[in-house]
Formats: sequence, C-alpha cells, structure tokens
Amino acid sequence: MHEIDMTKCLILSMEEWAEKKNKEKIVVEKINLKIGEFTCVEPISLINTFNSAVLGSWLDSSEITIETIPFEGKCSKCNSSYFPKKENGYKSPCCNFNLEEIISGRELKIASINFKEK
Amino acid sequence: MHLPISDKIELNILHQNSHQAEKNKVKFNNYNLLCLNIMSSPGAGKTRLLEITLEDLSKEFQSAVLEGDMTTNLDAARLEKLNIPVVPITTGRACHLDANMVSGGLKLLEKKINPNILDILLVENVGNLVCPAEFEIGEHFKVALLSITEGEDKPLKYPIMFREADLILITKVDLLPHLNFDINELKSNIASTNPKADVIEISSITKSGFDLWQKWISKKILKFKK
Repeated sequence: MHEIDMTKCLILSMEEWAEKKNKEKIVVEKINLKIGEFTCVEPISLINTFNSAVLGSWLDSSEITIETIPFEGKCSKCNSSYFPKKENGYKSPCCNFNLEEIISGRELKIASINFKEK
Repeated sequence: MHLPISDKIELNILHQNSHQAEKNKVKFNNYNLLCLNIMSSPGAGKTRLLEITLEDLSKEFQSAVLEGDMTTNLDAARLEKLNIPVVPITTGRACHLDANMVSGGLKLLEKKINPNILDILLVENVGNLVCPAEFEIGEHFKVALLSITEGEDKPLKYPIMFREADLILITKVDLLPHLNFDINELKSNIASTNPKADVIEISSITKSGFDLWQKWISKKILKFKK
C-alpha cells in the first residue's frame, strides 16, 4: 500500500521539476528510477500504481524505468564487500560478521528524466 | 517537436517527505523538544507501553503524544486518561504516518499547549512493520517494538524496520515460560540486521525492563536539552 504514497511523492517531485521547465511546453517520455534492493519498494507495484495515478494527467504518456541497485555490504572485519543474504542473517561470508555498513541498496531515486520540448 | 533531452537529477523520490521531516525537526529543536517515533506491528504493545511509560515519565518530564491510527481514536482515548496532551492523527487509507501528517498534528498540539514547556513528544506510528520505516517524520530517534509472540524471524523478514531503529524493545517477555520461543535466536537476528541498536527486554505485566527503558529515555532527553 505504501507504493501509493511513494507514487504521490514521485508525482510531487515531478511537478516541482516541471515547474522549472515550463510544464506546458514539455512532454515527459521516461522517468528513470534507481531503486535499491534493501528498500520497502516492490518495483512492479510502483510502476502499476504510477500508471494508474497519472491516467489523464500531464504525465499520462510517460513511462517508468527502474534500475535495481544491488544490496551490498562491507565486512567490518576484513573490509571486503559482499551481497548480504537474509538466509545467512546478512552476515559477511568471509568472516561471518554482522552487517554494519551498507554500501548500496537503500536508494530510492529519480536518476534522470527523458523529455521532449513541444 | 525537438530532440529528446535527458535531465540527470538524482533526486530522492521521498524528498518532499524528507523536506517536511527536516522542517518538523527544526520546529522540535526550536521547542527544545525530543521526538521519538514509536513503531511496531499491530498488537505489539505500543499503546500499553506508552500508558506505563507516561505515568512514570510525567513525574520528571513534560510529555505529549501524537497518536497515529488508521481508523479510530481508541488509543488516543486511552492515553488522554493520563491527563497529558494527546493529538489523534487518523491516517485513513495510509498505513503509516508521514511528515505532513505529523506537521498537522504538531499544529493541533500547538493549539492545546505551548510546546516550549514540553520535554518529549512521543509519536505512536500506525501498526505496521513495513512502511513507517521508510517515511521520516522529523524524529530524533526511532524505537521499534517486537513482541515475542511474533516470532524470532521478524528482524530478518522486516529488516528495514529493525535496521532503522535506534532502540528495539522486545515486549511481552513475561510470556516466555509459556511459549516455544528462543530469545537468543531473536537477539542474534536483531544483531544480524542492526548490530548498533540498543535492545531492552520488557514486560507490561511484570514491568520488568521498564527501569532500563525509562533510563534510556531520560538519558536521551537530558543529553538533548544540554
């Protein structure tokens, strides 16, 4: 259900961006997102919610693309990076240490916007 | 029509919420008011925790509560009996509080009381282990409750919530003798998800652990007010 609120935030951010571009004179083609694996967002749900929310609006013809950013941690004992797994309690496979530092995977970003001027 | 243009903006999707959360935090700081965001699944014991906590806390500190609830004011009504300022926030379809809702709640609180006289604002979030973890409200600390009846695996199943928490309260520990529950496994799962979190075991029935929880709050308030 939080994808609805995420979509609301996304649309508000798009409105804010478009105000600076003169909204009437542009057509947004793609909104390129970066979503980390270690977030509460389900990409498909976000896309579906967005598509329903923008029907009939100025973003109706726009498409969401999502680049999934892997969940990567750093072992605090030997400093090597690794991909934490739930099954392993997120521990580092090298030293069996608890996950202290997250390198990536918490991203919830609008990376870029592809648009055309009318 | 012109050629396509790509505008690289690298903007947080939730930046509108984060921006409002920052504004809330500035307000809390100006009021010298420590704000805790209390989160858990439904039924983990948030409201009961607040009832007991506020009874003791009000001997030393001035407190207020913002009470998030999807559909009712039942929890707010329970806390109002303690004669402290309580503002209910009914979220409707939303399964979490966001920064705008808390800003609205704070405005209502300002009509009830001058927040300058308060020491601590406890915000009881909507019962949910998923969404509240991603939506900042301007809090200084996040407190997550996990009752032992929920199972040892919850920190692994809902890692964002437990990763984000500054303090994890393991609740209903009086039930331990009656359940096939391994508290060490739970603690190990908490440490896996968030090795930096403080962890306190409490029971609202026997009141065990409440001394540690009250000390944790007092320490945070006194440090904040310095």
